[in-house]
Amino acid sequence: MRIVETMHKEDWPAILGRIAGGLFLLVGVLLAAGLCVASPQDNPVPSIFDPHSTPAESIRHLSHFVLGITGLIFLVVFSLLSYVVVRFRRRVGDPTREPAQVYGSTQIELAWTVIPILIVAVLFAATARVIHAIQDAPKPADAVEVTAIGHQFWWEFRYPTMGIVTANELHVPVSDPAHPTPTFLKLLSADTDHSFWVPQLAGKTDLIPNHPNETWLDPHETGLFLGQCAQYCGTQHAKMLLRVYVDSPEDFHTWVQAQKQPANQDAKEAAGRRVFETTACVNCHAVGGTNGTGRFGPDLTHLMSRRTLAAGAAENTPEKLRLWIQSPDAIKPGSLMPAMKLSDGDVDALVRYLETLQ
Amino acid sequence: MSAITTPLPQTPVAWKLPYRGRVGMTCLIFAESAIFTIFVVAYLFYVGKSLSGPTPGEVLETPIFFTICLLSSSLTIHLAGKFLERGRRGAFLLLWLFTIVLGALFLYGTGKEWYRLIYEHGLTISTNLFGTTYYSLVGLHATHVTAGLVMLSIVFLFGLAGRVGPEQSARVDVLSLYWHFVDAVWVVVFTVVYVLGR
Amino acid sequence: MSSDAMAIQTAETSGQPWVQRLHEWVTTVDHKRLGILYILLALLFLVIGGIEATVMRIQLMWPHNDFVSPRVFNRMFTMHGTTMIFFVAMPILFGFANYLVPLMIGARDMAFPRLNAFSFWLSAFGGLLLYFSFVGGNGLYGAGTAPDVGWWAYAPLTSRAFSPGHSSDYWTIALIVSGFGSMGTAINIIATIISMRCPGMTLGRMPLFAWLNLTMAGMVFLVIGPLTAAQLMLCVDRYLGGHFFDTQAGGSATLWMHFFWIFGHPEVYVLVIPAFAFLSEIIPVFSRKPIFGYPVMVGATMCIGFVSMSVWAHHMFTIGMNSYANSFFAITTMVVGIPTGIKIFNWLGTMWGGRILLKTPMLFCIGFLFQFLLAGLTGIMLSAAPFNWQLSGSYFVVAHFHYVIVGGILFALFGAFYYWYPKMTGRMLNETLGKLHFWLFLIGFHLCFDLMHIPGLLGMPRRIYTYEPGRGWETLNFLVTIGAFVQGIAILVFVANLIISYFKGAKAGNDPWDAWTLEWSVSSPPPAYNFASVPTVASRRPLWDLKHPEDPDSRYE
Repeated sequence: MRIVETMHKEDWPAILGRIAGGLFLLVGVLLAAGLCVASPQDNPVPSIFDPHSTPAESIRHLSHFVLGITGLIFLVVFSLLSYVVVRFRRRVGDPTREPAQVYGSTQIELAWTVIPILIVAVLFAATARVIHAIQDAPKPADAVEVTAIGHQFWWEFRYPTMGIVTANELHVPVSDPAHPTPTFLKLLSADTDHSFWVPQLAGKTDLIPNHPNETWLDPHETGLFLGQCAQYCGTQHAKMLLRVYVDSPEDFHTWVQAQKQPANQDAKEAAGRRVFETTACVNCHAVGGTNGTGRFGPDLTHLMSRRTLAAGAAENTPEKLRLWIQSPDAIKPGSLMPAMKLSDGDVDALVRYLETLQ
Repeated sequence: MSAITTPLPQTPVAWKLPYRGRVGMTCLIFAESAIFTIFVVAYLFYVGKSLSGPTPGEVLETPIFFTICLLSSSLTIHLAGKFLERGRRGAFLLLWLFTIVLGALFLYGTGKEWYRLIYEHGLTISTNLFGTTYYSLVGLHATHVTAGLVMLSIVFLFGLAGRVGPEQSARVDVLSLYWHFVDAVWVVVFTVVYVLGR
Repeated sequence: MSSDAMAIQTAETSGQPWVQRLHEWVTTVDHKRLGILYILLALLFLVIGGIEATVMRIQLMWPHNDFVSPRVFNRMFTMHGTTMIFFVAMPILFGFANYLVPLMIGARDMAFPRLNAFSFWLSAFGGLLLYFSFVGGNGLYGAGTAPDVGWWAYAPLTSRAFSPGHSSDYWTIALIVSGFGSMGTAINIIATIISMRCPGMTLGRMPLFAWLNLTMAGMVFLVIGPLTAAQLMLCVDRYLGGHFFDTQAGGSATLWMHFFWIFGHPEVYVLVIPAFAFLSEIIPVFSRKPIFGYPVMVGATMCIGFVSMSVWAHHMFTIGMNSYANSFFAITTMVVGIPTGIKIFNWLGTMWGGRILLKTPMLFCIGFLFQFLLAGLTGIMLSAAPFNWQLSGSYFVVAHFHYVIVGGILFALFGAFYYWYPKMTGRMLNETLGKLHFWLFLIGFHLCFDLMHIPGLLGMPRRIYTYEPGRGWETLNFLVTIGAFVQGIAILVFVANLIISYFKGAKAGNDPWDAWTLEWSVSSPPPAYNFASVPTVASRRPLWDLKHPEDPDSRYE
């Protein structure tokens, strides 16, 4: 009986030490990157560790707790693993006989069963509290109500109490903790599954056809918050972007008043309006006060009050608007907007008309 | 390392393990149960959720007679197995044939009911949720009855040719285990469709 | 005796024309050959699935990259997921089970050799069907080739309205076909273990490998059954105008989610339990100690199998279940962590006080322990439902389950390859190439999947073919892609090692690792029907007893 083994010259402890060091560094980078805080006005990095709304903040508290416990478990088990590998590895000159044959130990098994059970109990208690706090939160009387409807591949927002219909850019008032004015969203879908996710404001909730859902935001700071559809919904799932503007109460009021206005009826752009009303545009799009009442595409009554086109895929500029009308695939291949194939003159007139829809 | 050329010790020990056919069939029954469970869950989930008629209460009639046929075939196949074990081939064949007839009667009953539902009540698999779930669940069961009947008939033909004797008893038992399963599933389907679902 | 047998075998096979040899392989019902066929099939699909992953990673290297179109990207992630789960992970694990279970329990073949061959060919043709969609998926509509509905194919995206043509049908039928194959193999594994053990091999003396595969096979019924049922319903919807998942007719999209995840979550354990099985054989041999707490290991495995049946909806925390349902699935998910933790501690207990030989198989096992620990901990994070509302559907989840499947299962599989390759081929895998493979893969893996967690925390959802610049995702995605390439190179080293060692590797002999289970008592590769005479065993480590007649295990049992 002999052991078939020639010993290796590498210095295992040193290598393992280096790996361990590297991994700790990596975990540090992970945490640092996660905790990086963007400027409050503009929030280009939608980090879940930089919340500005009550539900997202409760989740961050929970996540710190969970990260703490799991981090501790990692340290203990990882140290144990490293110790075992370094301490009990075979070295040159070890005796060739087999080590002591140990089959198990009831006490030890019991210990490493009971301790995890206790940890799970603690984790669950913390989790259940936050689940309850977010899901069963009462809706205050002056909450803003919004119905969000997911479409392939854009968002429709309706404010039923105010009679506003808009798309892709949600406006909500900032909520003062003393007098909270949270926004409650009813989530519906017109076609496939979608998911409403603005990481800095709340966790995600799916929009499922025939299955109404609800979520709420309670933002504490004004600014623009970015998100996007988080449930695969078809070809252009990637460009179903979402922008939430948290306005001061005054700004929100102004915005609401502007949205309530009927569409601009500029006689100078009657030609463009005629193009809109006499082509396939009206099958899918609505503009208040025209014969366009389509519901498959975004409502265009106040198109110019939005900063982006095509669910955030392009900036709202005349050039992009023209491109979007003539060849949507250049901006968002696979979107359900057809290329309109209009003459150059018609497109120019149409773009000029749409530019007046403030 | 010296290759172990000597075989391992050969001390005789008393060693009896379950028959592999029986184990295999039991496993198959587990897998099939999982499939049926999902169909039953879907049926129960959609009870009363159809957006249009006809509803189960309006059109379903409880198939008491055909249910008795199928359930009694469990008894006949069991007895057939017992007779085979004792070497009484004639009795085995007779009861086996009886089982086939009872199973075929049940299938005929299902077919008759479907004919009535389709031509008298206009209920097809695409009419509403009830139609979809009903035909799928009952149809899945009927498929299993059909598969069972094919296997029973093959054994019967072998039996007529004189090739089924007591030495095949264990194998025949495996088939009758399947048949019992098909009957048991019908009890569940019957309860779900004709009792709870109305 | 054994070397004679081997010589005879070689003489037999090398003299035949290749057509005849091919014919023998195609018509074989031998569990060892079928095991190898399973493994080769899986390796082929591993390469294909790897190429699909590479395409996706290249596309995501830069924001607004246009390496592939969105449709192609969507097909890539659908095919990648489906391929890797159903046509790589399952067949390769079945392959090892097929090869090793009869040898380990002293049987001469599986319980149903012909069913075994049938199951293999069902799986193989299932894979073929799936890939045939690239040719036949268009249908009359010209509606696109391979399926692009995602590997979990949420309704109503799979309805005729949103998925015209035949691509989704190929997906559905391929999974039904290969699903029947999986069930056949599972039936075979169970019947073999229950009914074919050699005299003296009581359940309590079986190698843990057999125990864990028994559990896995039992779970396959409860996993593939619901999947098959749901796929049949989808067929009814798509071909007969049914309404199971038709939301326009009152059908429910969430019902599909439930059915899919009733399959989907335990499926993870179907894959990881055989990986546990590899560890439970390799770690004791390379630590020179018996497995620590054998009964506890069996119990913990059963416990995992049992609890994992009640955790499925933790994939669905965001669909708007009520707070009680969310709490229930949070606690059951956390509870799975307990038996899993026990298993990790037991492996550490096995290594404790041993004399650990750091050869390639053991290196991969240590890699598994480290990565599986981390994967388990991110799993705990995901089980905290509110935290999950942020993490689910993001790249954090993608990183998490790749940690399980690549960092865990694939590492264990590589360990298994290095450990059992000598038994299957008679030749050792090259140790230097093996170490290179290990370190390259380890570096690539961590570069890729450690960093992949972070974009998820920064709000990057999965399944997007491109992303906006300026959200802090660019650098990370670039590095992740580099990591993917490094892993690709490591896989090439591995494949090269498999091929080179097959021809040039050192002769293995019967028992190169000085191991204790029955497969090492026969020649490498084992002769037809494995055992010239069926052995009798008296303990869990029959070869230990043989090598240490002065201190056999059987004395303590």
